[in-house]
Amino acid sequence: MSFREAARDALADSQMRANVRRATRTIGMRRAAAVAEVPDWEELRHAGASIKEATLRHLDVHLQRFESALQQAGGVVHWALDAQQACEIVLDIVRAERATEVIKVKSLTTDEIQLNEALSRAGVSAIETDLAEMIVQLAGDRQSHILVPAIHRNRAEIADLFRQRLGIEDVDDDPRSLTAAAREHLRERLLSVPVAISGANFAIAETGTVCIVESEGNGRMCTTLPRTLITVMGIEKLLPRWQDLGVMLQLLPRSATGERMSPYTSLWTGVTPGDGPQSFHVVLLDAGRTDALADPVGRQSLRCIRCSACLNVCPVYERTGGQAYESIYPGPIGAILAPQLSRLERNGDLPDASTLCGACYEVCPVRIDIPEVLVHLRGRRVRERRVGAGERLAMRALAATFARRESYEAAQRAAQIGRGPLRHAFWPGPLAAWRQSRDLPEVPAQSFRDWWRQR
Amino acid sequence: MRLTLFVTCLVDTLFPAAGRATVELLERLGHDVDFPIEQTCCGQMHSNAGYEAGSLRLIRRFAETFEDAETIVTPSGSCAAMVRERYPRIAEMTGDARLASRLRALTPRVHELSELLIDVLDVEDVGASFPHRVTYHHSCHARRALGVQHQPLLLLRAVRGLQLAEIASAETCCGFGGTFAVKNPEASTAMLTDKLRNVLNTGAEMCVASDVSCLMHIGGGLARMRAGVRTLHLAEVLASTGEAR
Repeated sequence: MSFREAARDALADSQMRANVRRATRTIGMRRAAAVAEVPDWEELRHAGASIKEATLRHLDVHLQRFESALQQAGGVVHWALDAQQACEIVLDIVRAERATEVIKVKSLTTDEIQLNEALSRAGVSAIETDLAEMIVQLAGDRQSHILVPAIHRNRAEIADLFRQRLGIEDVDDDPRSLTAAAREHLRERLLSVPVAISGANFAIAETGTVCIVESEGNGRMCTTLPRTLITVMGIEKLLPRWQDLGVMLQLLPRSATGERMSPYTSLWTGVTPGDGPQSFHVVLLDAGRTDALADPVGRQSLRCIRCSACLNVCPVYERTGGQAYESIYPGPIGAILAPQLSRLERNGDLPDASTLCGACYEVCPVRIDIPEVLVHLRGRRVRERRVGAGERLAMRALAATFARRESYEAAQRAAQIGRGPLRHAFWPGPLAAWRQSRDLPEVPAQSFRDWWRQR
Repeated sequence: MRLTLFVTCLVDTLFPAAGRATVELLERLGHDVDFPIEQTCCGQMHSNAGYEAGSLRLIRRFAETFEDAETIVTPSGSCAAMVRERYPRIAEMTGDARLASRLRALTPRVHELSELLIDVLDVEDVGASFPHRVTYHHSCHARRALGVQHQPLLLLRAVRGLQLAEIASAETCCGFGGTFAVKNPEASTAMLTDKLRNVLNTGAEMCVASDVSCLMHIGGGLARMRAGVRTLHLAEVLASTGEAR
């Protein structure tokens, strides 16, 4: 389905729109307050952008340093070119452990590679432990936000879901009651399942350390209790030095949840005998990232730290919600990331799902100029002839018209007598779309230039 | 001061009153206004829609037309942003270093109208009189790309008889976005509806802005609703001296 079609359905869902509006505005306001108390926020943004930019410039070097540091610390590093390879690597490890269940946290990258589906085909059930991910999984629903995957649901809907799917009768829509129900459901599994799969927020090349930040503590249990831990991460998650966390751990929580610090920041380096998982694997995932890296304008997308501040301020996202993007990465960042990761094969119309208002760029903690990348990707689609011939022809004709004064003035005169390129004969589709909800302006009898000539 | 007007294709063709008002206002303030007749379009639509070749033709044309102008004024935040903030980068990305350096010399001389009045000409009270209740819509490109936010408000507050009504969610886009309005008309309409609700809630008789593209969108929605609230370009308010209009 195209974004336009999916959005049309989503826009009709008034409950979803109320839920998303309320939640994004709340988080957006919290972010604004948390950012306002940092006097050097703009400098921090610049620092975040340049750390990421420098890392990407020498990504090959940093990846190899990460690999050797982690190997020294007792971890195993795997390289995956695409989603399928990554899933196979994970499946091999799970099979070797003879596990039939795995627990999961920070699942965004594994959702990108559709790991749960691959596990399920192999007879392994994946249990999402992040509360919002768990809600989405229980409902058989799709994620709609990077950080709050169930943002399109409100508490009453979630309580209903828990009653139906978990068989817990005494649950109401009070957050404490909901959390208690989730804990009851998850705790036993957290204590018994032998294999955990996590994502990563950051990875440190010089030490081989992996870092996740989270709010619930389930992530910490996932990364400490099981026998075996597998981390699946995109190659762009790397930071060269330990000290770079000093910048990133200020930028991320404030941008993401409006908190000074996340309730749980977990860092682990390889394997420690007798303490925590005794077998630790990292799967480094490319899946289109090196293609994005090769694009001089598009590569800034790889700076993204998945805070989702851009989603919470986007006027399009606020109204359509995340599912209309039909990508695990929705909103403004999704509109540039998703098409690039598939070499424009999927989600190609997402760069059009923006007014270029620039609200996303204003809040991005690593200064990704999202409007610039959106425009760039629109250009790539035109160059690769992925847009209709009608549009290409019309735009070429219009450029030719504007390129000469004589033809421009002729078009103006034609518009004035009501039959010209700017009115009915020209591009009936777009005009009909405009007139769905807006009157067309009347074309005045006299253009500005004719007035100027006559005065 | 000698001022060269870049009127924009949209004002020239569809909203000439905003162009005439710009000339009247600047001349009333004692400036000479020049209008190079060879000008057409800045190329923003082509650039934003991904048609770089078409946009580049128009960028070159703009450079040739305005090369000798000392101070360029335009009644559009969006077109000013395109020229000043994006022209040099676009030329750079296409690898045309000569064009890029020509543009870097030219584009800092381009100003949006309210920016010119406040930041360059240093005038807040332009001698206008407009006894109406109005609200002001900030265009996204003026506010975010040019940093024009306080300038139009300073100018409006100095207009005699004018009552400026504050609008809720002033920083939110109206949903126009050029081709967005026709490629995603449903999402665009949802954004417009919220904007119209906020406009109507102010109780203003008119919605004023510095970009006729936003005004075409908001005005098209207001007209469709038969709301009885009209749209007006900032220049038209500032040009008004209270005589019949």
